[in-house]
Formats: sequence, C-alpha cells, structure tokens
Amino acid sequence: MRTPDLIRFARDAATGNPLRSFLLVLAMAIGVGAVVVLTALGDGARRYVLNEFSSIGSNLVIVLPGRSQTGGFNPGNAVTSTPRDLTIDDAQALLRARAVHRAAPLAVGTSEISFGGKLREVMVVGTTAEFIDVRRLALAQGRFLPAGDWRRGVSEAVIGAKVRDEMFGHESALGQLARIGDRRFRIVGVLASSGQGLGMNTDELVIVPVALAQAMFNSNTLFRILVEATGREAIEPAKAQVTEIIKQRHDGEEDVTIITQDAVLATFDRLLGTMTLAVAGIAAISLAVAGILVMNVMLVSVTQRTAEIGLLKALGATGATIRNAFLTEAAMLSVAGALLGFVLGQAGAALIRQLYPAYPAFPPDWAVLAGLGTALFTGIVFGVLPAGRAARLDPVQSLSRR
Amino acid sequence: MSAALIELAGIERVFHLGDSEVHALRCLDLRIAAGEYVAVMGPSGSGKSTLLNLLGLLDRPNAGTYRLEGRDVTTLSAEEQARVRSERIGFVFQSFHLVPRLTAAENVALPMILAGIAPAQRAQRVARTLRDYGLENRADHRPDQLSGGQRQRVAIARATIMQPAVILADEPTGNLDRATGEEVMRLLEALNGQGVTLIVVTHDGALGARARRQLLMEDGALAHDSASPDEVKDACALPT
Repeated sequence: MRTPDLIRFARDAATGNPLRSFLLVLAMAIGVGAVVVLTALGDGARRYVLNEFSSIGSNLVIVLPGRSQTGGFNPGNAVTSTPRDLTIDDAQALLRARAVHRAAPLAVGTSEISFGGKLREVMVVGTTAEFIDVRRLALAQGRFLPAGDWRRGVSEAVIGAKVRDEMFGHESALGQLARIGDRRFRIVGVLASSGQGLGMNTDELVIVPVALAQAMFNSNTLFRILVEATGREAIEPAKAQVTEIIKQRHDGEEDVTIITQDAVLATFDRLLGTMTLAVAGIAAISLAVAGILVMNVMLVSVTQRTAEIGLLKALGATGATIRNAFLTEAAMLSVAGALLGFVLGQAGAALIRQLYPAYPAFPPDWAVLAGLGTALFTGIVFGVLPAGRAARLDPVQSLSRR
Repeated sequence: MSAALIELAGIERVFHLGDSEVHALRCLDLRIAAGEYVAVMGPSGSGKSTLLNLLGLLDRPNAGTYRLEGRDVTTLSAEEQARVRSERIGFVFQSFHLVPRLTAAENVALPMILAGIAPAQRAQRVARTLRDYGLENRADHRPDQLSGGQRQRVAIARATIMQPAVILADEPTGNLDRATGEEVMRLLEALNGQGVTLIVVTHDGALGARARRQLLMEDGALAHDSASPDEVKDACALPT
C-alpha cells in the first residue's frame, strides 16, 4: 500500500466515525493543553521571581567580612580566627579593579530618629552617593546623599517612605532637621516606597553618610561593600579582582566572603525550574491517560471493524498493511489532538497573561516540544496493541460476522 | 492433466470446539482445471464454506497439500498468501462486504490500493470496470445509496479488478431477489466465458444446476462429483 493511500485510508477511517475521533482528539488535546498551560504557569512564576530579583540591582557583587567556611574545620582557622574588618579604605581600593564599575560601602546599625516630639527606632545605613545607583533605588522627593570624600560627610540624611510618613505625617520632610542618634541631620530626600530586598526594607531605612554612621556607632568597620561590576560578563572577573585586592590589603589572607547576585538568582532559577518540571510531570499523567484512551478507542474500533479487516485480508492486504493502517490512524488522531491541545494551551496561557499582565505566563519551548512529543509517542505506543490485534484477526471469522 | 488450476490432495481441516473435534473437511482430493465453472453444494455444515476459505487461502488445512497453478501454496507465509490472494483470487460474498464509508469507485479500487498500484492506472481501470458493469453513474455513491444488485455488481467489479485466475463466490445471490440474482449470475457466468475459473458455493439447487460441474459435499467429504460420478471417494475414509 502506498503511503498517500495509507494516509487517506486512515483519514477516511477516522472521519468515518466522527464522535469517536472527536472524543479521542479532545482527550489528547486536554493532555497537551494541560502541559502547555501548567508549564506556562510554572515558568511564569520563575520569570516573575527573576524579574523581581533583577530589580534589586544587576551585576551586583557583595563583599562580606569574614570567611564563610563550607569545608568543615580547617586547622588554619584555629590560628587566625578573627577576620580583619572591612574598612572604608578597603571599599575605596576596590574601585581600582577594572571590572568594578561602582562600589558603595555599607555600615549598618540601629538608632533612634526624633522629630517634633516623636521618636522611632530605625535602621541606620551609612553609605555614599553611589548606593542609590548600585541598589537601583528611586527617590520620591529631594535628592540623595551628595558625592564627595567618603571619609567626611555632611550632616544630611535620606529617609525611607514609611519613616517619612510616621515622623512627619502631613508636613514636608525635606529641609527639616531631625535628630538621629546624638546628631542632627537635615533631611534632603525621601526614598520611593519599594519593599523588601536583600533582607532590608528600604521603607524603614535612614541613610546617612558612611563616615557619620561609623562615628555614630563608634566603629570603623563596614557591614558590607556593594560592588557593581561593569557588565554581566564582568561579574566573575570582578569577583576575582575584589578577592585579590582585599587579600593584598589584608596581609595575604582571604578573609572576606563574596557573593554574587547571580548565585542567588541561579538558586531560585533551579528551584523554580524544578517546580516547573514537576508540574509538567503531573500534566504528563493526563497525557498517559489520553494514551490509554487512544488504546481503548482503537480496540473498540478494531472490534467494530472486524468485518472490514477480514475483507481487506481477503482482498490481499497483509497483516503489516492492516497494522500500518491502524497505527497511522492512531498517529493521525494523536497529531490532531496534540496540535489542538497546543493551540488551546497557548490560548490559555495568553488568557492568563491578559488577566495578569505582570505574570509572564509563556510556556517554555522544551515543555511544548515534550508535550507534543509525548502525545505522539503515547498515541503510537498505545496504538500498537490494537493494530497488532487487527493484524492478527482471522479473516474467516472476521468475514462471517456481520 | 498437469494443467490443473487447483489441485487438492488429502486435505484435512479440523476445528476444536471445546473438547470435541469437528472434521470440517476430511480426506479431500479435488482437481479443478482452468476455466471451469464449478458449483459446490451441500447442506449447511457440510464443509463447503470451509472448502471455499481454503481455496481462497483464508484458511490453512491441518493436513494435505493445495497446489494453485502448480505451486504449493499451503507452505507459503501469510505475506506470500496475501500476495496470491491479491493477484490470483477474487472473492464475492453473500453480504457483499463493501466498506460503507467508501464510494463505489473507492470500493472497486480497494484491491489495487492494497496492491500498491499507482493512482493514475487505478483511476483508468476503475473507470473502465465501472463502465463494464453499468455503474458509471453510481461511482460516487456509497453502498447505502445503492440497491442490492448494484452492491453486488460493485463487489464483482472489485473481485475482477485485479484480473484474477479464479473467482470464489459464496452464495452470491443469497441476499438478492430472483431477478437481480439472475442478473448477477449472468455477470459471473460471462466472466467464466472469458476464461476465469468460477467456483460458486450455494445450497440453491437451481443455481447449482447452471454450473457445468457440480460438487456435492456431505460431512466434510466429497459425496458426488458430476465430472467423475463413478469414482468412489472414500479411499482414505477414517472412522470418526
């Protein structure tokens, strides 16, 4: 039997019983559609989280004092257990690295802010003018800390949105003098409300020049140094260069921990990628169910068409021809179902995007391909048994049945 | 006598029904020459349908040899038998066995489709055959739009489209009224006139009498052969 004839014959057989074919296609379509929509949801969640994280500031390298040990007890630690502190000089030295675009030192402590008889405990962050760019923060009002010598600082402060609301209420905060700790600062800017990021709620921060913060907390150490690499591909060089510079400055000892946002992102990426995979696996079960349905329907079809199979054999069809005809029919129905499911799934994902514009519900390519592939595979695999049964039918008995 | 089209020797066919064995055919020897017109008659259960299935290579004997055109076809594989059926044998059934979703033309073309003949050649032969059987106006009709006689004409057209050496007809007029039955028999006999061997299974005596040779089956054995009436056929009769 020629291939075009085989395909036409299978198509006619499929359309000869529209209800049966429709139900089969529908089952397959639901399976594939479920894979497409569910992976779109899972991958959408992944993209959503990644987007949120990128808004913290891209190409970020964070330097922490002290070496975080992951390799268990190291005898060297017994001798030099106290890490050297990070200082403003260290932070400034990092600017020499070629892969470093900007750096912002960070000194953190808690203190009190008081204004007009109101008192509030706040987290005080001492930093420099670069901080707002490195962290990609936005101002609601006024300006940020002025650029200048990191070791000095004018008594100016930038406050978070929530601090502003609670301390100043309806009054304008800009230009007011407020007491922070034991000093008086002029409020020059208010941060735009943003939310949580890297464990700090910027809405409740008070930002002052780093030198003044260190004086306030009577310490010359830094909590962190935030480093922005010159580009995404410069993150690794920046990490190496930062390590090298700190090592030189700390008597050859590598006593800082450097984490990159990439590492954090990669973790989330993996986590949510796995979740998407799990969801896809669950959806694939519906494909397996659809495959069993294909088998069931094809078996019924073989029974219904017993006389026809007997006739075809009498007319000279070999067992292989009969098997191919039934396999082709199962494959065609599966393909039709898979394509319909693909369209339905894409439509469903588009609907989700329409309803929740912030949610990037795009099905990943691998999931679409895997869904279509599984549909075809199950359709054909589950078509083998009925096709084999049809091929083995005894023509005499098939023909004697009406 | 080596030019026999069909040569059966010592054919046995046993069916197992539960514990009991049913000898549908026993110790059957038969020669049919090319171009003969043979009627196989007998009461139901006498084994005439089993004989027809064996002749059509739809069934295999438990013992004995079947030579078709001098070639032993009992030992052929299923695929080779299918090829022989496709090229040498045409079937006409009592209940027509047309594929209901295909048109008359497609039903006639079916053996050629299965044999893998190119579409252009197919269309030509189908058109010619439909014209020969007066069905050109019914080419695009499906079987349920045809009368019984038209259906059987389509079935005969289908049986002859591959130009077989032998046509096996199982009660070809069983589902037809007398007039259309007569018409169908004339078609089959005309084919026989062109040299095609015709074997008709029937329990209708009038129909059987039209054939030039009558075979009477009884209990799976040949009870009477009009070609050799005196020959005793129980040379290897077995006790049951």
